[in-house]
Amino acid sequence: MKVTFPHMGNQYMATKVLLDELNVENILPPECSKDTLEIGTKYSPESICLPLKINIGNYIESIRQGADTILISGSCGPCRFGYYSIQQKEILSELGHDLNFILFDPPQGDYKTFLGRIFQLTGTKNPYKIIRALAKGTKILYQIDALDDLAYYKRPRQKQIGEVDFYLEKLHKEIRNAKGYHEVSQLIQKTRDQVMTIEEDPNKEIIKVGIVGEIYTIIEPFVNLNVERKLGEMGVEIEKSLKVSRWLTEHLYLHPLGITLEKEITEAAKPYMKTMIGGHARETIGYSVKFAKEGFDGIIQIYPFTCMPEIVAQSIMPTIEKDFDIPYLCFIVDELTGDAGYTTRLEAFVDLLKRRREMKRDEKLLSGY
Amino acid sequence: MKNCYLGIDVGSVSTNVVLMDENKEILGKVYTKTQGKPIDAVKRGLQEIQTQITEEIKVKGVGTTGSGRHLASMIVGADVIKNEITAHGIAALNFVDGVRTIFEIGGQDSKIILLKNGIISDFAMNTVCAAGTGSFLDRQAARLDIPIHEFGQKALSSKNPVRIAGRCAVFAESDMIHKQQLGHNQEDIIKGLCDALVRNFLNNLGKGKDLVGPVVFQGGVAANVGIKKSFEEALGCEVLVPPHHEVMGAIGCCLLAQEHAAKNKSTVFKGFDIVHSGYQVKGFECEDCSNVCEVIEIMKDGQLTARWGDKCGKWSNNIEKDKEKLA
Repeated sequence: MKVTFPHMGNQYMATKVLLDELNVENILPPECSKDTLEIGTKYSPESICLPLKINIGNYIESIRQGADTILISGSCGPCRFGYYSIQQKEILSELGHDLNFILFDPPQGDYKTFLGRIFQLTGTKNPYKIIRALAKGTKILYQIDALDDLAYYKRPRQKQIGEVDFYLEKLHKEIRNAKGYHEVSQLIQKTRDQVMTIEEDPNKEIIKVGIVGEIYTIIEPFVNLNVERKLGEMGVEIEKSLKVSRWLTEHLYLHPLGITLEKEITEAAKPYMKTMIGGHARETIGYSVKFAKEGFDGIIQIYPFTCMPEIVAQSIMPTIEKDFDIPYLCFIVDELTGDAGYTTRLEAFVDLLKRRREMKRDEKLLSGY
Repeated sequence: MKNCYLGIDVGSVSTNVVLMDENKEILGKVYTKTQGKPIDAVKRGLQEIQTQITEEIKVKGVGTTGSGRHLASMIVGADVIKNEITAHGIAALNFVDGVRTIFEIGGQDSKIILLKNGIISDFAMNTVCAAGTGSFLDRQAARLDIPIHEFGQKALSSKNPVRIAGRCAVFAESDMIHKQQLGHNQEDIIKGLCDALVRNFLNNLGKGKDLVGPVVFQGGVAANVGIKKSFEEALGCEVLVPPHHEVMGAIGCCLLAQEHAAKNKSTVFKGFDIVHSGYQVKGFECEDCSNVCEVIEIMKDGQLTARWGDKCGKWSNNIEKDKEKLA
């Protein structure tokens, strides 16, 4: 059995470690590229949302390297993502690839199916081994998300532009040849130390922007045209509403126990959206309110073209913009790889935020605070 | 010798060059078609500007904007490289103090910019829908065999406008043909088209936004009095069109360059002589990874001056390092 899995930002490091630790042979799909997109759009339905297309591209690139089993997480169907595994299986079998799909869905009470799938994947019924591997994968997830947070902080402050990403890119290259928890964890730690020591420019004015929207598009840099790097190098520190580590903890570990860490977010979203409407619409609203209250300078929403939950959220965003007096920008991503239009809008948005901040400071000076 | 500021706006359809003096007076402006050759257009623009000027001048600052702003800055040596949105906003503010809403319709895109207390507070840009842009109007004018500068006047004489679908350029065109074959007046169809365009613009870009006056309408399409009238009818307030509406982006650049120079910074302008330099653009596909980026190289008189187009920065950064070595 050779297992592969779709890309989603840095998540691959954790999945790789999980499989390595279980001694399951795995194939890491090549980094998302124009080729991936081209393959994906060729074989996917035209009107489906972008993540599915990229997934298909990832699978086929891995199949070419010999993969025969696909591991994918599910979401129990609050949006089209819930049907991804079924649709993708159909698409691949029509292409003549008869693969095994292992769906890693949150259990939602049905532990028998859940455990059955885990046994199928791991080829072992030793619970100790499984739990240990899961714990290690989760740990990596937290480490890499912490590294991302550090990068968000350092990018706008780095003295020489591009230095942070120099180390991060090196990490991505090196991890492909690493195996198991120990090696991967050490590489992440090494990169962390390197990024830590990057020289900062104390005179830079830092703008803070919250990024909200659909989880895949805000996490995968290839589809959002590397928005975090672009913003970072314009002097913007960002915070994202969704992280894979947070999602996993929430859905895999806490949800079955009836606990949630998202209480604050659902409360914040309540005046605008009382209930879950699918996808991450409620999180988009909730986090926007949270970011606004925390004094962020602006909010950027990103979602794939035709994403229904986010369309609903988008229609609510102008109200939040008004209620909290916080500028808001919306990006809808699709198959575009030319980024001139995006860069122009990002630049203008950052200009706007900088001028606004200057104005506020002047007002404070005038009124004598 | 007069101190001047140069603004260059390299758009997809037109390239505009403006020369402004210290008192924000426009000394010369050039509006020339880009025709897919931005470098030639910039050179032509500079040449024409030179012929318009009679007195002795000294350029104290240069700004570039538009989708070709980086290319232009590479050629002329710009102090300020700004996105179109900021440039247009600044220019409109200089024209009407306290402007709150700016409509800008160019050849390939349209924008709406909202301002509060003299700073940009919100904007939207439409780059995908052709129905709200100048190119579509151009095409329809050509199809009806009416010179584009008479197009707007015709709309004003309409008494009974027909309804044209405005959501999509394809629907609009088939609707227009259908109505014309039914025997409707040309004026009424044109007026219907203007209304449809304005409806499309306001629905597409203005949705959910508070549009308050004063409203400024600029960009190439602002020359069309029919569209201006339709905007006024739709909004119920006066819409102002600045005298240099077609070159507002370039004017914004001049103002930004002036601001830059006011901070006592000297200019990196390479001088008007560059029009005699030969520029060549070469491109190649980098095959080091699967992204296969198309890398562009700009050569000045056979010497490499700039490179871009790569995702990883390997090529574009390299040249900086080369320069450092030389220094």
